[in-house]
Amino acid sequence: MATVPVAEGVFTFPSDDPQLIGSRCADCGMVTFPAQGSCPRCGSTGMEEHLLARRGSLWAWTTQSFPPPPPYAGPAGKDFVPFGVGYVVLGDEVKVEARLTEHDPEKLAHGMEVELVLVPFRTDDDGNEVVTFAFRPAAPGPHAAHQRGRQ
Amino acid sequence: MDVAIVGVGLHPFGRFGDTTAIEMGAVAIRKALADAGVEWKDIEFAFAGSYEVDNPDAVVALMGLTGIPFTDVYNGCATAASALTLAANTIRLGESRLGIAVGMDKHPPGAFGADPRLYACPEWYGDVGQFVTTKFFGMKINKYMHDHGISERTLARAAAKNYRNGSLNENAFRRKPLSEDEILGSPYLNYPLTQYMFCSPDEGAAAVILCPAEDAHKYTSTPIYLRATTVRTRRLGAFEVHHPWLPIEETVGPTVDASRAAYEMAGIGPDDVDVIQLQDTDAGAEIIHLAENGFCADGDQEQLYADGATEIDGPLPVNTDGGLIANGEPVGASGLRQIHEIVLQLRGQAGDRQVPGDPRVGYTQLYGAPGTAGVSILTR
Repeated sequence: MATVPVAEGVFTFPSDDPQLIGSRCADCGMVTFPAQGSCPRCGSTGMEEHLLARRGSLWAWTTQSFPPPPPYAGPAGKDFVPFGVGYVVLGDEVKVEARLTEHDPEKLAHGMEVELVLVPFRTDDDGNEVVTFAFRPAAPGPHAAHQRGRQ
Repeated sequence: MDVAIVGVGLHPFGRFGDTTAIEMGAVAIRKALADAGVEWKDIEFAFAGSYEVDNPDAVVALMGLTGIPFTDVYNGCATAASALTLAANTIRLGESRLGIAVGMDKHPPGAFGADPRLYACPEWYGDVGQFVTTKFFGMKINKYMHDHGISERTLARAAAKNYRNGSLNENAFRRKPLSEDEILGSPYLNYPLTQYMFCSPDEGAAAVILCPAEDAHKYTSTPIYLRATTVRTRRLGAFEVHHPWLPIEETVGPTVDASRAAYEMAGIGPDDVDVIQLQDTDAGAEIIHLAENGFCADGDQEQLYADGATEIDGPLPVNTDGGLIANGEPVGASGLRQIHEIVLQLRGQAGDRQVPGDPRVGYTQLYGAPGTAGVSILTR
């Protein structure tokens, strides 16, 4: 069984440190995700590939507690696993909507640091494991660990 | 030229077995004709809105093949606002003196499904389960509550108020009052929104007959004047449904743009409005829209709902017929249902749910995917 990305050109794959593949307008600097051929701000067609930051902060979030209707292709019925969804500010240049690995509202917060991971979410007709991108709560930095240690 | 509404008609909203959307549209049209005291052969033009029906103008097979110009429109959740705007503009052109806007729909149960590519979204966006309108509403209100100090109790108060108002409306889909605790206790669909905080797609139809204001008294002693109708779409930076990404720059949503344009067109401000219809796809949407349409500042809703300000007898009566939460959303008809309710309220014909104090100015707002809003302002 091979591991395959949900679609080509969405994130670098395979990669130990995957990054989302966006585009940047050569004329006005607008950054989009995924990459697109024209700029939604200035209309330029001079868009260049642009890799996005792997860590960011959670700008808005919710949970997906029921299996979405088609065209959702992941596990449904009793196999459905709830997931979080949010917009993540990356590199102060774009907000990307993504799955969150965490779906417990108690463990999600506006402004929390998150990082990109690839997660398996279904098996395709050929038996391949299909992976998509998601953000997970980032490992606490040294400062946060120090704070917790003092309590 | 000022435009008057001289007739309104509604087929109840809900679920109606084998009755087709076209048949419901014909019922709404006949009621509107009777309300205006005219016949189908008097109608000079028509606009019809529907999501499910390809050609809602086929209703002429049930009404009469009179050969009138009859144009079908579809514009998402703002379909009815678009049909009404086009009908009003046709009157303003001065060549036609009596026209109708009708909306009809019959949706299967459950949330809407569609191909994300038709919304300029990539195919994988649907594959992974992000092409879901309800989760957008969850994110939007969750962030709004965080930014402006709104509680989950206030969401429940908005939903409970709409179920309560729906119980007073013989045409509503959901007529059973639900307590705030029942609403809060139902399962989360998209946090912080629970099952009973959402409206459902359903079935129904509504129709509105318009004429030049100078002709209105030929048809009715209680004309209602359409002072403004506007439709706007999102600008770059608005936080909207079906967007795999957003820019860093932020701006207000299309509702704010449509609202400001409507107030300017009407020469009327939010303080002048006596009765309000807002798009309550979910309880959070009603709360956000109260501010987006200028009726309060962001965050004031927490106290306003606690004080009962949005109740039928409050200073800001919102969704007096139960809104989308109690009526459901047949997309093509939903906005004309709002107009129907405002017309009844301004005529003083709303019965058990009549806003006291002789209301003179009414307001309606629609909002939906992929970031389209419509606003109307009506006066006696």
